[in-house]
Amino acid sequence: MIKQLFFGSLAATGMMAGFASAATLDDVKARGELNCGVTTGLVGFAAPDANGQWAGFDVDYCRALAAAVLGDGSKVKFVPTTGQTRFTALSSGEVDVLARNTTWTYSRDTDLKLTFVGVNYYDGQGFMVNKSLGVTSAKELDGATVCIQTGTTTELNLADFFKANNMTYKPVAIETNAEGEQQYGAGACDTYTTDASGLAATRASFADPENHIVLPEIISKEPLGPLVRHGDDQWADIARWTLNALIAAEEFGITSANADELAKGTDNPEINRILGTEGDLGAMVGLDAQWALRAIKNAGNYGEIFAANIGESTPIGLARGLNAQWTQGGLLYTPPFR
Amino acid sequence: MSGTKANSASFVRDTMLSEQDPPITERGVVKWARENLFSGPLNTFLTIIGAVAIYIILKGLAPWLLHSVWNANSAAECREIIAAAYGEGAHGACWGVVRERWAQFLYGFYPSEHYWRVNLTFILLFVALAPILFANLPRKMLWFSVIYPAVALLLLWGGSVWVPVAALAGFALGWLAYRFALPVTGSLAATVAAVLVPIIWWLFFAGWFAGLAHGILPLGMEQVPSSKFGGFLLSLTIGVTGIAFSLPLGVVLALGRQSDMFLVKTLSVGFIEFIRGVPLITLLFTASLLLNYFLPPGTNFDIILRVIIMVTLFSAAYIAEVVRGGLAALPRGQYEAADALGLDYWKAQQLIIMPQALKISIPGIVSSFIGLFKDTTLVIFVGLLDPLKGITDAIRGSFEWKGIYWEPFLFPALIFFLICFGMSRYSMYLENKLKRDHR
Amino acid sequence: MAIVADAPKAGFRLSMLIYDTRYRSLTIQVIVMILFMGGVAWLVDNAIQNLQTLGKDFNFGFLWNRAGYDINQRLVEYSNDSTHARALLIGLLNTLLVAFLGCVAATIIGVFAGVLRLSKNWLVGRIMTVYVEVVRNVPLLLWILLTYAALTEALPPLADFRGDNPTSTMVLNNSMAFTNQYTVMPEPLFSRSLGNIDIGIFLISVDLLAIIAVIVGSVLANRAIKAHATRVQEATGDRPVTWWKSLMVTTLPLLALLLALGFHLGYPELGRFNFSGGTEISNSLMALWLALAIYTGAYIAEIVRAGIMAISHGQSEAAFALGLRPGRTMNLVVLPQALRVIIPPLISQYLNLTKNSSLAIAVGYMDLRGTLGGITLNQTGRELECMMLLMLIYLAISLGISAIMNVYNNSVKLKER
Repeated sequence: MIKQLFFGSLAATGMMAGFASAATLDDVKARGELNCGVTTGLVGFAAPDANGQWAGFDVDYCRALAAAVLGDGSKVKFVPTTGQTRFTALSSGEVDVLARNTTWTYSRDTDLKLTFVGVNYYDGQGFMVNKSLGVTSAKELDGATVCIQTGTTTELNLADFFKANNMTYKPVAIETNAEGEQQYGAGACDTYTTDASGLAATRASFADPENHIVLPEIISKEPLGPLVRHGDDQWADIARWTLNALIAAEEFGITSANADELAKGTDNPEINRILGTEGDLGAMVGLDAQWALRAIKNAGNYGEIFAANIGESTPIGLARGLNAQWTQGGLLYTPPFR
Repeated sequence: MSGTKANSASFVRDTMLSEQDPPITERGVVKWARENLFSGPLNTFLTIIGAVAIYIILKGLAPWLLHSVWNANSAAECREIIAAAYGEGAHGACWGVVRERWAQFLYGFYPSEHYWRVNLTFILLFVALAPILFANLPRKMLWFSVIYPAVALLLLWGGSVWVPVAALAGFALGWLAYRFALPVTGSLAATVAAVLVPIIWWLFFAGWFAGLAHGILPLGMEQVPSSKFGGFLLSLTIGVTGIAFSLPLGVVLALGRQSDMFLVKTLSVGFIEFIRGVPLITLLFTASLLLNYFLPPGTNFDIILRVIIMVTLFSAAYIAEVVRGGLAALPRGQYEAADALGLDYWKAQQLIIMPQALKISIPGIVSSFIGLFKDTTLVIFVGLLDPLKGITDAIRGSFEWKGIYWEPFLFPALIFFLICFGMSRYSMYLENKLKRDHR
Repeated sequence: MAIVADAPKAGFRLSMLIYDTRYRSLTIQVIVMILFMGGVAWLVDNAIQNLQTLGKDFNFGFLWNRAGYDINQRLVEYSNDSTHARALLIGLLNTLLVAFLGCVAATIIGVFAGVLRLSKNWLVGRIMTVYVEVVRNVPLLLWILLTYAALTEALPPLADFRGDNPTSTMVLNNSMAFTNQYTVMPEPLFSRSLGNIDIGIFLISVDLLAIIAVIVGSVLANRAIKAHATRVQEATGDRPVTWWKSLMVTTLPLLALLLALGFHLGYPELGRFNFSGGTEISNSLMALWLALAIYTGAYIAEIVRAGIMAISHGQSEAAFALGLRPGRTMNLVVLPQALRVIIPPLISQYLNLTKNSSLAIAVGYMDLRGTLGGITLNQTGRELECMMLLMLIYLAISLGISAIMNVYNNSVKLKER
């Protein structure tokens, strides 16, 4: 009898727990909240402010996605993840989408069973050195001590770079960007390497930025983008096209200010299609017609998000560079909304 | 010579000399110093070494502490104020970061309009603990301790009143089942009923009941998701819950380890040795990385809850060892006396063994608790914002406070010290009190 | 006896499984067994299902793939071309290294602090009390971070050693330098080296083996001399003078060997960025080591204090009454008894220290958790395999330490007859 009861209760537990469904979109809608994995704190990309409100470049993408799916950009639960826990959080379903400065690589896309939905920031790994060292090129760093964050692709790139140039180095592993800045600032390493965007932000925060230079060599390609799990193509499409909508909006001049105006109808059929006044693009991914309009209105188009969080007017002060529209010599080039 | 008399020989003294002060080396500070600081070459040497060490530490710290800045809103402002007041290149502590961000250290990102809920929970914690900690309070207060977990759950996370009520109802039902089954079926079946009834209730009826009751009488508070928890709120939540659940589990494990039944003993020993053999940090990573592999596909529950479960298991294994020590310290005669009185196993445990064994192990239990509370700082490595590193990193990452290092570490360290020191003093107080009991 | 035999032989009833004490424990064990097996089966089944859903498999083949990352502090040869298994080995050795160094240093600190806390010297006693209370009541993570930061801030950067007027200089005749990256000191070199033996996993220096063999030999010889002296003393009452024999036996063979091998020191020299030559100890190792030692030392101090206080005063008074000098009283009477109280909790402190060394993550020291449970896990995405392996290894280390220390504990335990 006890045995029967035991298996009965086991079955019951199984039933209680077996609410998983294959469609992330349905889960998100039922929950009324988007779970978005972000960093534990990297100013400009994703960091909580003094009131605990998350803000940043990646955060705004998540809010745009929530606006597209749920109609409200504030319905996002931000789950801080470390470099170590991020992929597990995604593949276990703890987060629906991961927007955490994650480099799109072959093995992550295939072996880790993740789907990158696009690139929201083209970055590359660089080096920062103190001017007093007299180094002008990364090729002169033979034998140097290099501060490097663990758990990222940067340490593999670094190993490859020094190997390819037949040089040696001494890695000093550090846990967070804050530790890295402190170590580099105290002179505990000759050079600090991380994504060039991060170096610029770090250099800007020093009391004496003029004494530090970022070396010209960019030793790796770091296409950073949001990603979702394998196996739910509809959700991947929604995440991908929300990003594309933000980028396309900049290309076509749709801003958070004029989006409502343009949504009344324009002469440009592609704008009309994006904003849902023409065609039925929303229904194709299981959303309503105004999904992209809401996403754009939330924090603006790609250019506005960039300018507000990491652009030249912010303390981070990044130039658009590779992240300009293809029409202005950058790499942002969305497939057509058709 | 005023006391001499004319008729006696001048060299004979016939009055007492007035009392004199002891020599300077035998009184006051000097005597104390000679006895306590310079009683021999070795001691003199040690004193000098100690004084030099204190001097070096003070010399390093004093300027920094003396140049403290309280009213500043950013690290740069701090530097300016210090430079203006004490000259270029002076170093000083910038406590402005604590002034501006103290709430984050304490509450994490809990909504500020709801801070009163956290404060109330914290105050009620003491009310609930008081009857357990101090024996001379009325026993009726224990009832509040029993329902406190439900109250805390409601206050901290919010939501419907009926969820904790439904959870508590399970315990009440279990007790009722035991009460009614006991005369009818005997103790064993009643115990089984007391375990099964609540489980069935929680699995099948609790949710339904809470929903129904909430439909009739919607009482509740605004929900606060656990992603808003951080700082000492997070530490205390994990610590106190872990402590509360690990004690009974630890006692059961200790009994299992002492059991005559081979299988029960093997499993208990295996569990205890496994948990004690691996670092807590690997268990936390297991909670965040692996637990999802071992649960039915699609199950997902809160990371804080997962961490609490792991921390509870971890601490239970340590408490089991402490309690085992207590059990081993009991004289064999106590067990034999219980047997001679014809008490069965559970009665003997309840009336004779456990009260004594737990009393002996209280200092050990408290020090496991201190350890557990300190270990809650490790949750940063699974992405939770603990007060020591999680919140500090968030603050150091922000633009206003970039470049600040020691201050945001020292503030939580001070609070940790106060709490842990308080707990260890309490344990010493208990130890003394219990010693008197034995006399 | 007769009464028992006369009792009616009732047949076996099902209710006896519960109410008869002979069978009850069996019943309970069977239930526990079923529950346990059921639970395990459930977990394993879930894991298999989940792995299938994720499209992952469970195998340790990744350990033989190229690791691709570099490790700063290493005891045996490793490069980014080595395998993940080799990185695991480096991590394991690093964990053992810091645990060993930490245990030694913590014991020294703990014994000093514990004895000094009992000292009659007011100032020193108070300092030690403050040390013990402050250190024990603040999380270890903080001590590790603070030690690391203090080393980084207090020691001069390498840049200070350069230039025509360096602000920092090397110490001890230009042989050692403390920098905020690492401490560098001379390395032993052999101009007529005997070479290395490759034992498959790593190379073992024959020079080192030879030196160890000679030292062991000298110690044994020294013991023999002492034993002989004791025998002579017991027979004649006079102890022959042995100190010069001991000195010769312990030093001469070693000196001869070192001369034969062409021993000399390799001094570090400052290059373009770093020192070349010499042995380096990274600051992350130093910080972790110091912090673990200081933290665990506070606990050991309390254990030592309790151990000494547990020895009743009558013991030392009795020893004095027998005419033993204070030093011999300590060695022959107090310590052997105190050790018996001290050793068991000391073992558990050693175990704690070893487990706490996994906090190396905070200073980027590449221990077992940093390699296998950190970068390898991250680059390969094999959480299940890595974490299981990690736990197993830690478990093995812990059980190993317990076993060794228990053997030692049994040897000093009071032999009760």
